[in-house]
Amino acid sequence: MDLEPDEVEKIAHLARIAVAAGEIEALNTELSGILDLVERMGELDTSGITPMAHPLDMPQRLRPDVVTEENHREAYQAVAPAIGNGLYLVPRVIE
Amino acid sequence: MMSDLHLMSIAGLSAGLRAGDFTSVELTRHFLQRIQQFDGELNAVLTLAEEQALEQAKAADERIRAGDGGPLTGIPLLHKDIFCTQGVRTTCGSRMLDNFISPYDATVVSRLKDAGVVMLGKTNMDEFAMGSSNETSFYGPVKNPWDRERVPGGSSGGSAAAVAARLAVAATGTDTGGSIRQPAALCGITGLKPTYGRVSRYGMIAFASSLDQAGPMTRSAEDAAHLLGAMAGFDERDSTSVDRPVDDYAGQLNQPLKGLKIGMVKEFFGEGLNPGMNASMQTAIDTLKTLGVEMREVSLPNSHYSVPAYYVVAPAECSSNLSRFDGVRFGHRCENPQDLEDLYKRSRAEGFGPEVKRRIMIGAYALSAGYYDAYYLKAQQVRQVIADDFRQAFAEVDILLGPASPETAFRLGEKSDDPVSMYLSDIYTIAVNLAGLPALSMPAPMVDELPAGLQLIGNYFEEGRLLALAHQLQQISDWHRQMPSGY
Repeated sequence: MDLEPDEVEKIAHLARIAVAAGEIEALNTELSGILDLVERMGELDTSGITPMAHPLDMPQRLRPDVVTEENHREAYQAVAPAIGNGLYLVPRVIE
Repeated sequence: MMSDLHLMSIAGLSAGLRAGDFTSVELTRHFLQRIQQFDGELNAVLTLAEEQALEQAKAADERIRAGDGGPLTGIPLLHKDIFCTQGVRTTCGSRMLDNFISPYDATVVSRLKDAGVVMLGKTNMDEFAMGSSNETSFYGPVKNPWDRERVPGGSSGGSAAAVAARLAVAATGTDTGGSIRQPAALCGITGLKPTYGRVSRYGMIAFASSLDQAGPMTRSAEDAAHLLGAMAGFDERDSTSVDRPVDDYAGQLNQPLKGLKIGMVKEFFGEGLNPGMNASMQTAIDTLKTLGVEMREVSLPNSHYSVPAYYVVAPAECSSNLSRFDGVRFGHRCENPQDLEDLYKRSRAEGFGPEVKRRIMIGAYALSAGYYDAYYLKAQQVRQVIADDFRQAFAEVDILLGPASPETAFRLGEKSDDPVSMYLSDIYTIAVNLAGLPALSMPAPMVDELPAGLQLIGNYFEEGRLLALAHQLQQISDWHRQMPSGY
């Protein structure tokens, strides 16, 4: 299958990845090639098959509702690109 | 004696440390020196943690003198750079995490620390574990020590090359679609992917969370048993960790195997298999028969759908997992972002390499409105069919057998321009991850002077029996003792 160029742009937007105009065509070829591979699944009749959400048949574990973690804010923010007063800094969102 | 320390097994080294033949500090210096001598041309090690390693070795020597510790105390190993290591750079092979120093240890790392191992450093890998040749690493490809014109496999290529060249006693790896077994095969070492949930994923940078598992990469099944024993176990910090006792893998290596039923997977010996590889497998099978096991043929009729299903499931999960890399909390941030969307988009465009971007985009597409049923739901149904094939096969036999890869190590650059041909190098390994089963790759007879990998697949939580079979085969063969010349 071939994606339309505007579909590639839409996918890149959904993925929040900047793509230059000159990259679209090559990207289209690569993504379409992968989708061709993926579509071989269509040959298998899976009607009535329960989708497998997880390799092991197990229920989600619960734990007592008590505090287990300490505050690690300083250690975690030490690797942040920009912080101030204990907050993560980003470009202004609201004018 | 001292010059041959890198040829010794974990058990041999442990005995030597306890007898006082050498210290962990001496052993650690020996491997640090080997990394400095040989890794320039291999590029298997991204970060050398010399200072921490020598501190850990000193502490291990004290534990041993006090009569404390276990079989891994004082043993130097390397961690794949996907495991978070407190205070030591953790890049995951990506520019995105080039400057990332983890504030905490992965559970695999802390468990091995508690066992007294010495971490020499971190190994190179395909970016975010997405690749089968180690060529997608931001830090350049790893070379295969058997032939430096060839790839070591991937994504745990640095770990495989380092163990093959004896730059560490052992290494850790992770396997989402074959990333332990395929590089182990291409570099001539033993690598095991445990049952999903057996080893904690906490602090292991997530790629596809329903498939990822960590495991040992070693020179023998016996070494792998020692390492897995320390890595495996319940961890409340991983919601999919299985609360079940860990077997005594090392203690069970000599369990009786006579009459064990082994199924050769018919579909893994088809036309896609290189003839030399087929001959190598047949020799390995003939040797296996002398252990008194019973061989028969079994079928996994839908296994050819595993690669297509995987390239929906893995990208879908990766697009969700990698959304955390937003240029805000950690990792790469672009210069002068105009607004928040520009910050996200340019940070991610600059921080991720081409293969990671492709997979995130395929995942975003497969999960987007209107496509979910056709892709993700369908892939999860195919996954169920593949798991059912395995269930039926294990009703007939105890262990499945086949090659770990269709061919020996390919040349650098040979497949790097064609994503789909690269994906197909994992055709014999991916189905195992979709089903969540344990499997290992071990050296089989060489093919044209390059290593070949024999794959053994077990039923859920049968790691002990897989390791025992591999170990007993290694007692009557020497394929795992061959090592690349010049190291």
